[in-house]
Order: sequence, then C-alpha cells, then structure tokens
Amino acid sequence: MSLIRKHLLGLEGVEKDELNHIIQTATSFKEVLSRPFPKVPTLRGKTIVNLFFEASTRTRFSFELAEKRLSADTLNFSVSASAVKKGESLRDTAQNIEAMKVDMVVIRHAAAGAPHFLANCIKGSVINAGDGCHEHPTQALLDMMTLLEKFGDLQGLRVAIIGDVLHSRVARSNVYGLTKMGAEVALCGPSPLIPIRADQWPVKIMNNVDDAIFWADVLMVLRIQMERQQANFFPSLREYHNYFGITVDRLNRARKTLTIMHPGPINRGIELDSELADSEHSLILDQVTNGVAVRMAVLYLLSGEK
Amino acid sequence: MSTKLNKSYSGNAQQIYRTVDDALLLKNAVVPDLNKKTELKADVLIKNGVIEQIGNVDDLSFKGEVIDLNGKMIIPGMLDLHVHFREPGREDKETLMSGAAAALAGGFTGVCTMPNTTPATDNREIVEFIIEQFEHHPIDVYPIAAITLERKGEQLVEMAELVDAGVVGFSDDGSSVSNGQVLRRALEYARMFNIPIIEHCEDEQLAVGGVMNEGAMSTKLGLTGMSSIAEDVVVARNIMLAEYIGGKMHIAHISTAGAVELVRQAKLRGVSVTAEVTPHHFSLTEDALENYDTNCKMSPPLRTQKDIDAIVKGLKDGTIDAIATDHAPHTEEEKNVEFDHAPFGILGLETALGLAITELVKKYKMSLYDVLKKLSVTPYQILGLDVPYIEVGHKVNMTILDPKQKWIVDKNKSRSRSRNTPFHGWELTGKPWGVINGKFLALCDS
Repeated sequence: MSLIRKHLLGLEGVEKDELNHIIQTATSFKEVLSRPFPKVPTLRGKTIVNLFFEASTRTRFSFELAEKRLSADTLNFSVSASAVKKGESLRDTAQNIEAMKVDMVVIRHAAAGAPHFLANCIKGSVINAGDGCHEHPTQALLDMMTLLEKFGDLQGLRVAIIGDVLHSRVARSNVYGLTKMGAEVALCGPSPLIPIRADQWPVKIMNNVDDAIFWADVLMVLRIQMERQQANFFPSLREYHNYFGITVDRLNRARKTLTIMHPGPINRGIELDSELADSEHSLILDQVTNGVAVRMAVLYLLSGEK
Repeated sequence: MSTKLNKSYSGNAQQIYRTVDDALLLKNAVVPDLNKKTELKADVLIKNGVIEQIGNVDDLSFKGEVIDLNGKMIIPGMLDLHVHFREPGREDKETLMSGAAAALAGGFTGVCTMPNTTPATDNREIVEFIIEQFEHHPIDVYPIAAITLERKGEQLVEMAELVDAGVVGFSDDGSSVSNGQVLRRALEYARMFNIPIIEHCEDEQLAVGGVMNEGAMSTKLGLTGMSSIAEDVVVARNIMLAEYIGGKMHIAHISTAGAVELVRQAKLRGVSVTAEVTPHHFSLTEDALENYDTNCKMSPPLRTQKDIDAIVKGLKDGTIDAIATDHAPHTEEEKNVEFDHAPFGILGLETALGLAITELVKKYKMSLYDVLKKLSVTPYQILGLDVPYIEVGHKVNMTILDPKQKWIVDKNKSRSRSRNTPFHGWELTGKPWGVINGKFLALCDS
C-alpha cells in the first residue's frame, strides 16, 4: 500500500492509519539498516533533490543517507552553494528543478509555507523537512516511532513538550501526530513562548515545569534559541535554566523515571542537563537512528513504488 | 445619438473615456435620495456639465445625445479615499493613469492618492505633478500628502503650502506616526485648514515581524501574527489626541472589533473622528490564508468573523463612515514568493462596489442606500468637500450602476497594471455601468 497523498507537507490532517503505515514501513527499513550491506534498490533511477535553504546537519544528513540507502540519485542544494545568494527566487529554483525532471524534492526553508509554494510549482512530490515555525513532519514521525519502540503503544502515553513551543515546528507536528495516535500532550514553557490560541489543539497548557514533570511519562525538550532572550520572550538564559531547564535535581524530585527526548541540537546545560541527555532514559540517539528509517519510509511511500 | 463608445476611445488606459455632447439626456434612470432612502424613476437632462432637469423629459424635441439607462441607478460619483497609484517610483506596479483606468472600471469618479510613493509625496512638486496628470480626465484626483518628511515620523511636511497645492488630507499610510508628540503637532497644525489627519493605526513594536492576524490561524500556520491590539492601542491614542486637540482624525482601513468599539464610544462623546473600512476586511477572514495565498496578505491583516460582525454593525450604525479600497497593486513577481517575503496589499477599485453589495446588502442585509452612501456621499463629507448630489443645478459627477447585475471577477480583465486580487473567479452582484464627470463619459466595461 502506498500513500494516497502526493506530498508530505505536514502532519495536520494525516490520519492514524497513515501514521501507523509509515511507521511500520520505517520499522522494516530499520531492519535493512542493520544488515551488513544496508542498501536496497527500491528507488533506483529516481532523482531526489535536497533543497536546504536553512542550515541543517542532522536532518540533511538523515535524508541524504535515507536516499542513498534506497539507491536514489541525489542532489544537494544548500544555501551557501546555491544561486539563492545571487538573488534567485524560490520560484526559479523550482522551475529549474522541474526542467531537470526531478522526482522528489526535500525542502527545508525559514519561511512557513515554502513547501506548499513549491508543491504548487512542480510536478514531483514535496517533502517538508522543516518550514519556519510551521511543521517538521518527519521529525514527529521519527519521535513517534521511537516512542512506539519503547512503549509499544501511544494510547494514553503522556508527553510533555517543554520550551519554545511558539517557534517550534517540531512541537506543531508532534501535537498533530501524537494526539492522532492517542497520546496525551502537554505544552509547557514560559507564557510568551506558548502560542496564542494553543487551546485550539487538544492539549494541556502548563507554565510550571515541575507540574509537567509530575504529569508526564515523556519529556520532549525543545531547543531554546539564544536570540529569543533579546526579544524578551524570557528575561535571561539564567532564569530560563533555573525555572524551565530540565535538570538532574528536578528529575530527582520526580515520583517516577521519565523518558527524555530532544530533536537536537541540544544546548547542554541550558534546556537540558548533559547527564540527562546522555542517560539510559534518553532516547535522543535512538531518535537519530530512527530518523533515517522514517525518511526511507516516507520517500518510498510517496514515490509510489510497489 | 449614440450610446456606443467610438472605437478609437476603447482599448487602452488613455482612451477608455470620451467627451459627451453639450446636451445629454439620460432616459429611464432610477435616482435615489440616499439620505431619505427614497427613489425616483426619471430622466436626467444635462446641459454643459450641469444637471438641468430630473423628471419626465420628452426626447422627441431633444437635440443632443440620448442614452437609455433601462432602469440603472444614478448616484453621486463614487470617491475612493484610499488608493496607491505607485507613481512616481513604482510605475511597474501602477501608474496614475492605469490606476485611474481601474478607478473608472470600478465606477469611481474620484480618488485620494496615498503618499507612499518613491520619493514620498511630501512636497509641492509631486503634488502638482499628480494633479497635472488629471487635468483633462474624468477622474478627480485628491492627493493626500505625507504627514512627515519621507514618512519618517519625525519632521512635519510644509502643510500650508501643500494645502494650497491641492492636498485634501495628510497621512503616513503604511505606518503610524509612532511619536505621539509629532502626531499631536500634526493634528494641531492641520486643524488650521480643517483637513483630516488620516492614520494607518498600527503599533510597530506590537506588530513587529507580523505577516498576518495573530490568532488561531497564525498559530496553526506558524506565521508571525500582528495582534488586533496593535491596531486598537493606536486607535485609542489617536482618539484621545483628537479629543484633546480637536482637529479631524480619520482612521484608515479599520479592521478590528476593538477599534470599531473605540470609534463608536468616541463618536458618542462627540470626538471629531471618522473611519473607513476596506471591502476585503468585510469579505474575507484569516481563514483565507489556509494555503499561504499571498493575495490575502495585507496590512492591516484579514481578521476573524467576530471582527467582520463588528465592522458590519459599525457600518450599519454609522460608526464606520465610508468604504475605501486601499487599492494596493503589486507585481506578480513580488507576490509570487514565500508568504513571509511578499509585500502587503491587494487591488480594490474594480471589485469594491460588487463586494459591497454582495457582502453587505445581500449577506448582511444592510440597506443598499446606506452602502452606496458610504461609497459616494460620506467620503466627500470626511474631506469637507461638497457632495455631488444628483440634483438640479449641480455639476454632473455621477456613477451609474446596476445593483442587481451578476458578474464574475476576472483579474485578467483588470485595467490595473497588477493582478493581485484574491477575488478572481468570485461571482458578485452589483456592477457599475459607467460614470459621467463634467464633460467626460466612461463605460466600466469598455
């Protein structure tokens, strides 16, 4: 069964069956990755372009590796290497890609909606690898896959997303995905970093991180951007760490052991203590491993290959 | 005796109008009294640009041009308080003449050109340049000059000289005058000429980085919002300044429920404040942004149904005085980009009447006369100009329309140089047929 949709622009509106199907497919691909020769010919002859208009190592490497493991031909187009610096528009980039008869495009862009723009311009499939503060669907898929591996089922699992929810595409995609999968989700952070009308989503909103720790089974800790301090979203990194940082002391006071996740890159010692990031309860590296499998699954399913 | 336009007058922006005979008889018109909300079926006889008779005119003995209007309605020539014609500076988006052609197509006989040209309309030379372009043209141009030099919000323009040059109002439209003291002085100084200060009400810090309304949709789309309070706090400040200083404060393109209520309360206290709303702010909500359509990106942004309901109530009870388009042409190249990078603004002139009748009269059950009045009577009153009522002895300045005609918006037929409208393909009810202003006649469809 391939996906009905042509593009993966976000997880909003993606149903549970589809999510499960992608994750199950990813699980099969994960087995491929553990083979001595971790490569399948599935997308041989397909051309995939990775369009990264915003700095990224993890996500770009992950997509690139997934494409290579599927035997696709890949092109990388990143900001510094591209014509974008010379003033070429996204529209021209898209038309050039179209002229080169590319099958799929993976796009990371600082402007929300850029993947939608691209999807309107080209015939191939578009995969959103993160657009502004909107969505990052493959990240949420790999998060859910990682949680499923650990817990077996997401029904009733309590996931608290901690930190800068306002600017987080990871948070939005996870809200849509996790709630569809039956998990309970809480958003926790300083009030200015919780988006206006976040109550439109079926989530709990918390401002006290100890409440979130008390409530949750899983803490999904978000990266805090240094520049948010200048815009007064919170007074200082020091205060952020003291009141919203996930620290060893805080978790020692918790009534149970919590699972820790982080989409990376981590500001160690600010939003998350190193000791926790590297502990046995951290799934952070499992997330990275599963990222490749999930992206293989998405590429494969959107390609329409049987 | 011909009702058809001469071929040589059609086809491009310069030639979409023609002169009429010294004697002109409009047969079978409907002439409403927009104030009394009554209407008269009558013929209208015009001689040398003046309305000579309204009633039953015998055309057998009449020597001159006769046009049978077949029951179309005649109202005072519509005046748009708020257009951006981009000349000088961005003639690729719109010129004074292409904008004027769009105005005629929309049934307007007058436009107020906003001063955010390049360079800004902040001096006599540019004002005179604009006025000169319209010397032999059916559109009356009423230039609005900047409040401050280069619209920087710092130093007042030479207002007295600009009023002498023909300016009818002052505005730094595109942004507010953020320094309250500067705006106070502007209001005090302009008070001497009984000319309005027209404010784009937006607190630039509160709206910083915003590209759409802040709310459920901005949270969903991951776009930075401009909150309704960014508008409300500036409307409140401006009302307080007007209450304290006197003078005439006009609120441009009001878009929030909060601002409508502030204006309502101010009017009850007798503050000299007026307000306009654009057709798009009562026709569309932020939901139109669902697919990141940059033709729905404007400032102030599309708001919510709650705001539209407040706007409709404000139009009905007189809190909002006028409908103005904020006609803001942008090239396809500029608009067809990532949402964050697209400029603010949409076309408005050619769809204004149709949207006003379709949305306000048909959908929200507002009286047709009241709607037409806000396009053709109150705009003159806000500026302190004589209203060209359809009355014997008045100079002819009229819009002729069919309030029941259905039509489909086709952006490719626009006379603007730009195509940035979200209303392409909409079926509207109510269409302007033509305008007569002085010796000129223009048909909207020519």
